[in-house]
Amino acid sequence: MEFLPNIIFSLLLITTTLVFVGRVRRIRQNILMGRDVDRSDRKKERFLHMFRIAIGQGKMAAKPLSGAMHIIVYVGFVIINIEVLEIVLDGVLGTHRLFSEFLGGLYNVLIGSFEILAVAVLLACVVFLIRRHSKKIKRLEGPEMTKWPKSDALIILYAEIALMSAFLFMNGADYVLQSVGFDGYVKAGSYPVSSMLSPFLGTLSGSTLVVIERVCWWFHIVGILAFLNYLPFSKHFHIILAFPNVYFDQLTPKGQINNMESVKKEVELMMDPNADPYSAPPEPDPNASAPIPFGAKDVHDLTWKSIMDAYTCTECGRCTEQCPANQTGKLLSPRKIMMDVRDRAEEKGKRTNQSNQSEVDGKTLLHNYITAEELWACTSCNACVESCPVGNNPLDVIVDLRRYLVMEQSQAPNELNIMFGNVENNGAPWAFPAADRFNWATEED
Amino acid sequence: MVLHGHFQQQTDSTGQQKKINMANLQVSTMADYMANGEKPDVLFWVGCAGSFDDRAKKITRAFAKILNKVGAKYAVLGQEESCTGDPAKRAGNEFLFQMQAMMNIQVLNGYGVQKIVTACPHCFNTLKNEYPELGGKYEVVHHTQFIQELLDSGKLSVQGGDFKGKKITYHDPCYLGRANDVYDAPRSLIEKLDTELSEMKRSRKKGLCCGAGGAQMFKEAESGDKEINIERIEEALEMSPSIIATGCPFCNTMLTDGVKLKNRSREVKVMDLAELVAKAADL
Repeated sequence: MEFLPNIIFSLLLITTTLVFVGRVRRIRQNILMGRDVDRSDRKKERFLHMFRIAIGQGKMAAKPLSGAMHIIVYVGFVIINIEVLEIVLDGVLGTHRLFSEFLGGLYNVLIGSFEILAVAVLLACVVFLIRRHSKKIKRLEGPEMTKWPKSDALIILYAEIALMSAFLFMNGADYVLQSVGFDGYVKAGSYPVSSMLSPFLGTLSGSTLVVIERVCWWFHIVGILAFLNYLPFSKHFHIILAFPNVYFDQLTPKGQINNMESVKKEVELMMDPNADPYSAPPEPDPNASAPIPFGAKDVHDLTWKSIMDAYTCTECGRCTEQCPANQTGKLLSPRKIMMDVRDRAEEKGKRTNQSNQSEVDGKTLLHNYITAEELWACTSCNACVESCPVGNNPLDVIVDLRRYLVMEQSQAPNELNIMFGNVENNGAPWAFPAADRFNWATEED
Repeated sequence: MVLHGHFQQQTDSTGQQKKINMANLQVSTMADYMANGEKPDVLFWVGCAGSFDDRAKKITRAFAKILNKVGAKYAVLGQEESCTGDPAKRAGNEFLFQMQAMMNIQVLNGYGVQKIVTACPHCFNTLKNEYPELGGKYEVVHHTQFIQELLDSGKLSVQGGDFKGKKITYHDPCYLGRANDVYDAPRSLIEKLDTELSEMKRSRKKGLCCGAGGAQMFKEAESGDKEINIERIEEALEMSPSIIATGCPFCNTMLTDGVKLKNRSREVKVMDLAELVAKAADL
């Protein structure tokens, strides 16, 4: 019976980790539905970029208040995880404050700084909650911010507050137990914050304090394991995916849109003076898969990076806030584009898994999720791309969907078809004859 | 086959292109240079707006005057130039883009072009970033960068007299700024004009689009509660400038329209940086 808590804890740890890994593998599978794009080059630059934008939170300073608070929560999260490692080992081994033996004085510094960070995180989360509940931050509202995305954000904040409180109460009880020399509670760590709970906790009996300490310990660690498994269903998954997603960013200038290889082949053939247009078509390859459409109709036609973008999206609305189309009342919202890609990837991934084949459900990302009106409102100005703190590129999705609309469905707005015709016939988007191109030099101002 | 015919027509037309002499504007074509067995140092890619739009043609002339003033050995393609394909690409017509690109690259490579300067950020972006993969590798600079170099090296000098005490605000074209991180060259030109630059809140990386990009120039905006150029011009007018400077012919159109709609054309001018420099250099 002595080892029962250790066994229960170990089983819990293994189960929750396995469930988490399973879910992450599903997401990986969904991301890999996408078409390939090579981002394996320029590794050093990619690391530096990731260091600056993801690890260094490079884009968060654009909004000083929320940026500073986010950095507190981020740093707090990362550093307090060192403590979680100790808690996990204590849980498995049945020890208490295992690291204190090895670390000596450093342990005091660590525990002390964890406490200060925990309070800072707690306060930041309270401010975040007030901001969310006030509904006064425009970028946190919007038609795509339906019930679930809003609850998701609140759940995360309440959970963090609960976890931090449990952590502090656990330490507070431990501190009192240590100072009275209670059996099993070795003197270890410094408690600059939780010691302030002593006037209250000190009045309780030793056995009550042990209960408080143990309950908080279990609540804290079970909470963290639960939180871990909540992540992959939440916008909060960005705490993991932001790093690879920024790493795999487009490093070339933002204005560069990829040249489609499939189109390149066709155009080269068209322009090859040696190509015989009357020659027999090559023998069809029996092993060839169905021809790949130009552009994207559904989520699997996007690149894997676009789907990864969607799973990384933290729904903060910085993109939509900066979008000129959105600011002037158009339907387009880059955040909605990302959220739609994720929802569709989830839906499609589920179907693929259930039937072991990509079953047609009659729905597509284009039209059923993202409408042509949204797509045609984009000015391709890259404001959304620039503002995204986790390296998302909504413009890539927009261009891929436009390509399908234009090249596969011939559904460009009429004025754009006229423009295409002019470019084709006159070499200019307007209906001016090419012969007039040099007139500017002979005209007076 | 249609394609082939079109291309044929382009090569044929070179024969008709002549050096055009005007009182103060002399511009040679690549064909002229080739006929003399020479090669210019730089190709001035004029772009569709610069060639056909009446407002933008003035920018083209202003830049040509600067090039003439410093005795730059440059040429234009004249009738051999064609759309880079930028609006087609952004609108999703990759076929049309690549056909335009391939044809342009054949012409450019045929002349052995190595350096290109253009006054259009959209042409700049496409030529610089999207052509290399298709076989068109050139050094491409925006005209503000080119002029900056002329000023820095002392080849061109300006007096700020005309603009002294005038308030200028600068609108970042998306395809120059965010798309290609060119923020300082245009601003350095304004500095040289000895004038006061007042920055809008949304500038540089946070610059607000004029509303023309992504092929919007060629279509009505989708329905909303405001035009993007109005949103932008309101912000620019808040700075109470006498000049709104920019470096893109499309931004110029959108902002000029905005100023007109706000009935402020008389006291506020939308000017390209090349025009401001040409004026300050008494050209």
